[in-house]
Amino acid sequence: MNPRPDHAQLTAPDDGIAKGEVLLEVRNVSLSFGGVKALTDVSFDIRKGEIRAIIGPNGAGKTSMLNVINGFYTPQQGMIVFRGKERRSMKPHEAVGQGIARTFQNVALFKGMSTLDNIMAGRSVHMKRGIGWQMLWHGPALAEEIEHREKVEEIIDFLEIEHIRRIPVGKLPYGLQKRVELGRALAMEPSLLLLDEPMAGMNLEEKEDMSRFIIDVNQQRGTTIALIEHDIGVVMDLSDRIVVLDYGKKIADGTPEEVKSDQAVIDAYLGVPHE
Amino acid sequence: MNNAGLRSRAGGGEASGATSPRWEETGLARSRASPDTFPKYLLLNAERFRGRPAMRHKDYGIWQSWTWEEQLAEVRAFALGLQTIGLQRGDRVAIIGANRPRLYWTFAAVQSLGGVPVPVYADAVADEMAYVLAHAEVKFAVVEDQEQVDKVLSVSGEVPSLAEIVYDEPRGLRDYDHSHLHAYTGLRDAGLKRLAEEPGADEAWHAEIEKGKGSDLAIMLYTSGTTGRPKGVMLSNDNLVRSALNGNAFDSLDENESTIAYLPLAWVGDHLFSYAQSYTAGFCVACPESADTVNEDRREIAPTYFFAPPRIFEAMLTMIMVRMDDAGRLKRAMFDYFLAHARKVGEPILQGERVGFLDRLKYALGDILVYGPLKNRLGLSRLRVGYTAGEAIGPELFSFYRSLGLNLKQLYGQTEATVYVTAQPDGKIRADTVGLPSPEVEIRIADNGEVLYRSPGVFIGYYKDEEATRRTKTADGWVHTGDAGFFDADGQLKIIDRAKDVGRLRSGAVFAPKYIENALKFFPDIKEAVAFGDGRDFCAVFINIDLQSVGNWAERNNVAYASYQELAQHPRVREIISGHVAETNRRLSREPMMAASQIRRFLILHKELDADDGELTRTQKVRRGFIAERYGELIEALYDGSTEKYVETEVTYEDGRKGRLAATVRIVDAEVYEMPGEPVREAAE
Repeated sequence: MNPRPDHAQLTAPDDGIAKGEVLLEVRNVSLSFGGVKALTDVSFDIRKGEIRAIIGPNGAGKTSMLNVINGFYTPQQGMIVFRGKERRSMKPHEAVGQGIARTFQNVALFKGMSTLDNIMAGRSVHMKRGIGWQMLWHGPALAEEIEHREKVEEIIDFLEIEHIRRIPVGKLPYGLQKRVELGRALAMEPSLLLLDEPMAGMNLEEKEDMSRFIIDVNQQRGTTIALIEHDIGVVMDLSDRIVVLDYGKKIADGTPEEVKSDQAVIDAYLGVPHE
Repeated sequence: MNNAGLRSRAGGGEASGATSPRWEETGLARSRASPDTFPKYLLLNAERFRGRPAMRHKDYGIWQSWTWEEQLAEVRAFALGLQTIGLQRGDRVAIIGANRPRLYWTFAAVQSLGGVPVPVYADAVADEMAYVLAHAEVKFAVVEDQEQVDKVLSVSGEVPSLAEIVYDEPRGLRDYDHSHLHAYTGLRDAGLKRLAEEPGADEAWHAEIEKGKGSDLAIMLYTSGTTGRPKGVMLSNDNLVRSALNGNAFDSLDENESTIAYLPLAWVGDHLFSYAQSYTAGFCVACPESADTVNEDRREIAPTYFFAPPRIFEAMLTMIMVRMDDAGRLKRAMFDYFLAHARKVGEPILQGERVGFLDRLKYALGDILVYGPLKNRLGLSRLRVGYTAGEAIGPELFSFYRSLGLNLKQLYGQTEATVYVTAQPDGKIRADTVGLPSPEVEIRIADNGEVLYRSPGVFIGYYKDEEATRRTKTADGWVHTGDAGFFDADGQLKIIDRAKDVGRLRSGAVFAPKYIENALKFFPDIKEAVAFGDGRDFCAVFINIDLQSVGNWAERNNVAYASYQELAQHPRVREIISGHVAETNRRLSREPMMAASQIRRFLILHKELDADDGELTRTQKVRRGFIAERYGELIEALYDGSTEKYVETEVTYEDGRKGRLAATVRIVDAEVYEMPGEPVREAAE
């Protein structure tokens, strides 16, 4: 028969927070490694449904900030409030359980596995059957596999990567690997998606594609996104609000317009355009 | 939910027998034996092929199928939806996008209401699209996705007739102004709603279908037109139905075929193969998941009927060869061994000729070990009929596929002819002909060598271009192809050149430069050839060697050379090329039309023809006129009997600097044959 699903999009889970309310708050966070201060008393918030950018020069502490948010680093001072719950230390897999997914600056996929399997791996957090059932590959495990495969196919359709479904990701060009990594993060159906330089090393066309995917994820699925990106043009176009870090300190926070005209930001990062 | 509605409508309505009286009322029963329009075929197929698949589309990784009655329900729902936005008889509807079921349904939906579909090449830039949309005065556009919506919106200012746009894929379009923009699903649902709520909506739709006639304009196809603006070729229902039926009969296609639709909707071939023939024969058309997955999808569908231009067959062969290079030793040895055997006996077996028992046995073994898996990989294991057309296919490439047991054939066609002019019947296949006249096609060769045809597929005319129509189509229905050709001894047509490029030798014999050049270029050692002879006593050519191919040979044979120029003038290279020219002459001598243009003298150019020097176009086509001017003294030397000539040529380097290249070029007399293939004189060298 004719069961064409009409794009029942994956959506961000309903976490009881209305659009525009604070989803995550970073409260007075300081992080240091021995004598090196990576972050000093940084505070900002991420609201539900927005695209929030974190920018700053090299070594400003952007990736450290993401690592604090998803529990990879534990700050010496301050705390993270996510969905109303305060915490200081947490394991990354707990972050996933709470609905935080991320991609990495240097693509971190399973190189020998196909695109399909990589994205499927992202679904594992939602699978109920244990490894025993999965190895048996029958009955409830198979039913579950089919259910999750449908979700994965939606993501593949969404990211337009049908043609690489069966190809080991190690063989793919960099731009596509980035897309697969985004797919794996989306498979977790996160309420907060952290993207660490999603467009690094891409050409203009790939950047445009990636920008469109990020906007679509945000608008169609309602996923809240926090991203680090160096291409200022892209950041200004994409994000609703921007926080600027320099030497581990927050120097500005606001809409793209506010940030663009902020003197401290111009001095530290943007520079002055040549006349 | 909507799909459920569609299904119950299609299934329930007909199962209860409620529709039977309507067939009588509308008089459809009378025309059921041979409908004259495609919507009528759709009604017929929903009856006679009930439960059989009509359309497939891979979506979310799974092949979705629609039976003929489901396809009917989809078309009906969308047609009723189109009425709600004002589609009327005679309105033209642009269809823009990739091969997707909903776009194919749009053809039938529009035609059912008496509208005229105008498919437009999806990769056309906005400017070209604007011209076609404005020229065809389209009122509606049904497009694939946001990209096409943007393109159409950007040119809507130049297309005053355009009123409404319908899109299939909603992604990214949510925030657009929807006052004149409609989702396909929205219209389909509106149609379903009308069907459920308006009494008589279904009957009225059947009545609209009944109004359609065979002589009605069925579709307008814009030819891409290498020169000037594209022209809108108007084809009637009769044109398409007759051509499709003839094609079906010629290759005995029936409802059991399956094919994959992957060529542009706006191309007449796709419209015939994936729409007209599917509706008339009742076979299933599969739409690929995306343009990038065609190879994988073809493998899963394994079409029985397949068309591809030569470049696609070439790409497939390259893919195999690249993979074989990575394969293990044993596999490679098997591949080489059995492919060599296939080259020897594969084609004769396919042609039904006598082949020894042992050879057949070995071929059968090869089929299990090599040819079978290979065909499976290519998605051609179930292929019954394959066609290639569009340009000349290399004989090597053609025989490669045929030697594997694939029934690959050539056809020659035009949009103006509704594709078929000639096609090769099974068992009479050759690489260098395009076949016998197709059923019901008459062919005539004009005095200047131009091919003319007359057939039931001959188009109505060019839309809004009376003058071009008159120039192409004579009052009694003959159409000028613009191509020159001749019939060979077996009665198969050979296309030799564009008619305007064909000249005559002083003796009056036809001289087709491109035919000779192509014959030479089939040798890998020859990269480029330029033939002269129009208004001269005999044919003479310039030859460019292929540095890679000849360089390889030189390396293997310890021939040292310092430059292209030195290699080109090497005596042993000259011997090799001499052999190729003699072989070409021997082939030419077998063809009565061409025997007079055998190559009498040739020379190997001291430099490669280059687009930077203006000798080639940027698409690597020879600019014969420019070369004749630039190398005038060499041409004179070809004809005045001298054996060598000193020339200096200005060349432009890639960085823009200019230099001079001096060389003494030897001129060689070639072996010439008498008609049926004996040499009349020895070469001078």
